[in-house]
Amino acid sequence: MLSVQDLNITFTLYGRGLAQKQLTVITQLDLDVKAGEVVAVVGASGSGKSLLAHAILGILPDNAQVSGKMLFKGEPLTLNRCQDLRGKAIALIPQSIGYLDPLMHVGQQVQRTAQLSGLSRPAAKAAVDRTFARYRLAAIVQRLYPFQLSGGMARRVLVSTAVVSQAELVIADEPTPGLHPDVVTETLNHLRELASEGKGVILITHDIEAALQIADRVAVFYAGTTVEIAHAQDFSNNKIRHPYTQALWRSLPQNEFIPISGSQPTPDALPDGCLFSDRCPWVTQECRLDRPPFLQVRGAPVRCIHADR
Amino acid sequence: MLIGKQLAFRYPHHNWIVRNFDIAIAPSEVVGLFGPSGFGKTTLSKLLAGYLTPTQGQVTIDNSPLPDRGYCPVQMVFQNPELAVNPRWRIRKILAEKQPPDRFLLNALSIHPSWLDRYPHELSGGELQRVAVARVLNPATRYLIADEMTAMLDANTQALIWHMVLDYVRSHNIGLLVISHDAALIKRVCNRAINLMQVGTSR
Ligand code: SF4
Repeated sequence: MLSVQDLNITFTLYGRGLAQKQLTVITQLDLDVKAGEVVAVVGASGSGKSLLAHAILGILPDNAQVSGKMLFKGEPLTLNRCQDLRGKAIALIPQSIGYLDPLMHVGQQVQRTAQLSGLSRPAAKAAVDRTFARYRLAAIVQRLYPFQLSGGMARRVLVSTAVVSQAELVIADEPTPGLHPDVVTETLNHLRELASEGKGVILITHDIEAALQIADRVAVFYAGTTVEIAHAQDFSNNKIRHPYTQALWRSLPQNEFIPISGSQPTPDALPDGCLFSDRCPWVTQECRLDRPPFLQVRGAPVRCIHADR
Repeated sequence: MLIGKQLAFRYPHHNWIVRNFDIAIAPSEVVGLFGPSGFGKTTLSKLLAGYLTPTQGQVTIDNSPLPDRGYCPVQMVFQNPELAVNPRWRIRKILAEKQPPDRFLLNALSIHPSWLDRYPHELSGGELQRVAVARVLNPATRYLIADEMTAMLDANTQALIWHMVLDYVRSHNIGLLVISHDAALIKRVCNRAINLMQVGTSR
């Protein structure tokens, strides 16, 4: 359904006078999502997760240069096509109710989303009623303002905005920030259900445990690149390939709670060769020569020349 | 010893958010606090850190009330560091608010020297949270409240920050209250834990 290959994004920053600075924020990023599948995108803040979403939705700032391939249902996702599809075939589940209009009843807002996706007024109204019922939101909730929603209710309203638009591809950007585990599980189950109905779902999160609850595959991002696209079961089966993926897994409190030191490089100071080379426990001279290509190791792609060791 | 005795809080003409709550944290003790949303966890931490004045009850350190001016010996680190720092100050100034930053500490938290000349919005959430942590780890802090401190961070950054904080509180005899939804994290870092579902805060 969606295929992103070798995506690169560079921002041009203008300094004083004619000085220009190029900042490469996304390097060789890859991702693919099939219908009926949940693909989690996991990484630290600043790893490029949100920028990928912005690229797919066609909402990058004007000073961004994009190269590489983005296909949606086999056709290139040009900027015009992104804008045509946004809110219709491709929908975003926003991170917080901060994205809703604070002065408008939530029912009205969700209905407006449905109308913008191309439904007639009565059809949109019916879609809202149906969707709210599906998520156990009482009719009276439609007449509430965003600030009156409880945490769990707010999550269900946000999911509703994507469901009424009848999107084929749903992008959920950090849908479970600091929520109680029960609400997290409920929100994730809603996303899983959307995939079971045939939609493609991208779950963007910093929380690897949340990702593993529902994802079929997990794409791990680091410093603007995809370091590995693992199958969800690879984590508990000890098959994950990239040393950064392994570090994320090992550092969970229920595992060893042992982190690797250092921090992700910033776009103005990317290392030569492998982007993980300045923190990698396996680094060799060869790693510093080129950006590692995607290699197939134990049945999945990984950007590490020593992953088969 | 940090003691909250019979703490109760409500805004005028509203229902009690917290009621009849007792807590005691000894120096160098790490205590977990968990329970569902709506149990007043964040209100409790604000009471203990002197951000809010209890409607009833009292917060004391070694039998003296919290100072009502100057640096509070009970400090908090929240989930969202953007709300805890002055957006118009450079990182260098934010860190120097209480005392000049200790090079060893910055190193241990992987705070890169190049960050010091930046503004908060120029750092990622994980980078800024390390700054927020470095800011409160100074000799004037005697108790620390970590309210969902690493809930927005990736697992590696989370573990990195916790190791640093735990080392620091142990070696400086600081008492630590850990508020988190993450049961595995509480189990990993705390000496004991309080379940608000059992003790209650408003009954
Ligand atoms: S390519 Fe080299 S530096 Fe990069 S992750 Fe693999 S071993 Fe580490």
